[in-house]
Amino acid sequence: MFEYAPAPESRSVVDIKPSYGLFVDGKFVDPTDGGSFKSINPASEEVLAEIAEAGSEDVDRAVRAAREAYERVWGPMPGRDRAKYLFRIARIIQERSRELAVLESLDNGKPIKESRDVDVPLVAAHFFYYAGWADKLEHAGFGANPRPLGVAAQVIPWNFPLLMLAWKIAPALAAGNTVVLKPAETTPLTALLFAEICQQADLPAGVVNIVTGAGETGRALVEHPGVDKVAFTGSTEVGKAIARSVAGTRKKLTLELGGKAANIVFDDAPIDQAVEGIVNGIFFNQGHVCCAGSRLLVQENVADRVLESLKRRMAQLRVGDPLDKNTDIGAINSSAQLARIRELSEAGAAEGAERWSPPCELPDRGFWFAPTIFTGVTQAHRIAREEIFGPVLSVLTFRTPAEAVEKANNTPYGLSAGIWTDKGSRILWMADRLRAGVVWANTFNKFDPTSPFGGYKESGYGREGGRHGLEAYLNV
Amino acid sequence: MTATATSARSDLSELGRSETALRTFLHGLPGVDQVGAEQRAAQLGTRSIKTTAKAEAIDLAIRMVDLTTLEGADTPGKVRALAAKALRPDPADPSCPHVGAVCVYPAMVPYVAEVLRGSGVHLASVATAFPSGQAPLEVKLADTRAAVAAGADEIDMVINRGAFLAGRYSEVYDEIVATKEACGDAHLKVILETGELATYDNVRRASWLAMLAGGDFIKTSTGKVPVAATPPVTLVMLEAVRDFRAATGRQVGVKPAGGIKTTKDAIKYLVMVNETVGPDWLDPDWFRFGASSLLNDLLMQRTKLTTGVYAGPDYFTLD
Repeated sequence: MFEYAPAPESRSVVDIKPSYGLFVDGKFVDPTDGGSFKSINPASEEVLAEIAEAGSEDVDRAVRAAREAYERVWGPMPGRDRAKYLFRIARIIQERSRELAVLESLDNGKPIKESRDVDVPLVAAHFFYYAGWADKLEHAGFGANPRPLGVAAQVIPWNFPLLMLAWKIAPALAAGNTVVLKPAETTPLTALLFAEICQQADLPAGVVNIVTGAGETGRALVEHPGVDKVAFTGSTEVGKAIARSVAGTRKKLTLELGGKAANIVFDDAPIDQAVEGIVNGIFFNQGHVCCAGSRLLVQENVADRVLESLKRRMAQLRVGDPLDKNTDIGAINSSAQLARIRELSEAGAAEGAERWSPPCELPDRGFWFAPTIFTGVTQAHRIAREEIFGPVLSVLTFRTPAEAVEKANNTPYGLSAGIWTDKGSRILWMADRLRAGVVWANTFNKFDPTSPFGGYKESGYGREGGRHGLEAYLNV
Repeated sequence: MTATATSARSDLSELGRSETALRTFLHGLPGVDQVGAEQRAAQLGTRSIKTTAKAEAIDLAIRMVDLTTLEGADTPGKVRALAAKALRPDPADPSCPHVGAVCVYPAMVPYVAEVLRGSGVHLASVATAFPSGQAPLEVKLADTRAAVAAGADEIDMVINRGAFLAGRYSEVYDEIVATKEACGDAHLKVILETGELATYDNVRRASWLAMLAGGDFIKTSTGKVPVAATPPVTLVMLEAVRDFRAATGRQVGVKPAGGIKTTKDAIKYLVMVNETVGPDWLDPDWFRFGASSLLNDLLMQRTKLTTGVYAGPDYFTLD
């Protein structure tokens, strides 16, 4: 047996301060009422830092700073000058990529190979991409002189902390808006490091403000009368509450919410690559992915073969220390999320689906969940309907392409879908009928800043990425 | 992970009797998505193998080397020196294992045989009008018999790529069967020359064809065309031997050859073997590297691990 020796990435590349204030008007400041919370490493439950909790007064201060910066500096600044700042930020992100990757893995629990090879490169790519648009907005297809909206309130989730920050901040700044961003309470550290990067890039004070805190901070931010735009990525439940709270205001809203994507494997699929795609679809980032391929629809005449290959492949997944370069599956982000994954998995077993996990040893401390598949799942099972947001795959079979479409669409969500077949015509036929914002063919979980991303139905509205992503931040 | 016991063993030996049956079977194999296969191979290449794992991997890789020289300029003296090196790759360190085999042209086999006799190092000879295979079947078979008679216990044959690409699968199959017969007790490695097969689908079909016809090993390349072994090609071949054993119960070895020059490359291949077909293939009986300069890099890295310092290239023998 070929045992891989531990290959940990050094955590000494990143310097975590014992405590962090709020980033308002270009400076780190203490919160008015002095509240704070702790951010922990989900792989060890070790406290990483003490984080300031922003109350409504702090949020107000941040929104006013953003307004001031919008009116005096960033709004009037020519696009080519805004571009210079964004290019500079993108380059600093590349230069400090190792530091960002290690910090992301520490705070979030995701494997270093993903933060290093996926998250951080995409973050830099997003800033580079939108930097290029800043002086070309009149050519983006939204009319002659598209204007920014003003101050954007942005609330992001914990699954891709820095990447979601980039998806929000890069287009907003390129279009000429200023922002107040609230990172998730379990993963604020890379956003705070990003604040330091803004200082390093000499970004004018107030253009980017970071307020940390939990749900109440988020509510104060999106309900603040001084914001012109609200952008939220997170759960459908919170998304609905936000939609209600901004209804009837002048605020423009984009929501990127949950998903329950179908990954559809036909009998003529390239099986080995499809299995890779299934694994990547559900086990990438511990399944903490809104567009995760959490429902596998496999044609019945190849189901046994695909499942056999899938189980063999799952036995190769290495679960453990997120900082080890050979780790495939890291820690679940929080005990609350772990409890939810456990509850839904138990419901799956109780409702009669067959549960399987490869033999795998989980660490004693921290939050862990073994990669799991459920076979014999029907559309009526909770694990086929509710978003689990963890490394749990529900396997269903189908007989005809029409049945595959029907099952894939039979969900309140509509964020993404995958199709695996060697037949090009079938890919197009399926893509026409699938009600999902993104349809991947013979691949899964592929992201690129040039490609718009967003959902149908309860997966939200608005698009992020590409030329389309600018529309959310322009008065068109 | 071994093949699951649930898959029914099939008897595929009848397939070779008809062109139609062969074609239907080979074209019914699942396709290979090029992008996906290349991505998976690249992903496996990012594994980080350090310290004890690296030391074990280096020794295993040394034991898997088919130390090769296939030049018109080969002389009895040169191949004897190569054989001596195969036995004791690092004269300064007796704990260094010997390589898997020495691989030479048929004319050089007798000189190598003298040195290797009774050592446990195998003696491989290329045959069947290597590298082009452009000779009448009788000549190819005579070439094979001569190499075996001179002392080779492994034969590296080339397939008829012209016939394969033209879709004359029976012709390729029959040639392999005939060569296998000419080998007698010698092991047969079947070189697919994947650099000329153009697609991964073809690599998969040729792998199955060679295994169906009785090949003991499938090998990527002759090393004589511009594209030799690549990680994705080797991945597709590993998947083929894995699926073949699951279907028939017979295990077939894999040998990437050509272009593997560094320890880093070799370890990437071992990781691929480990995670694609598992520990059953992590043995010189089932996986080999066709290489020449690779050995010295393995020795240099081995010395670095044991002594902590890099020795210059002058401390390792050139051959």
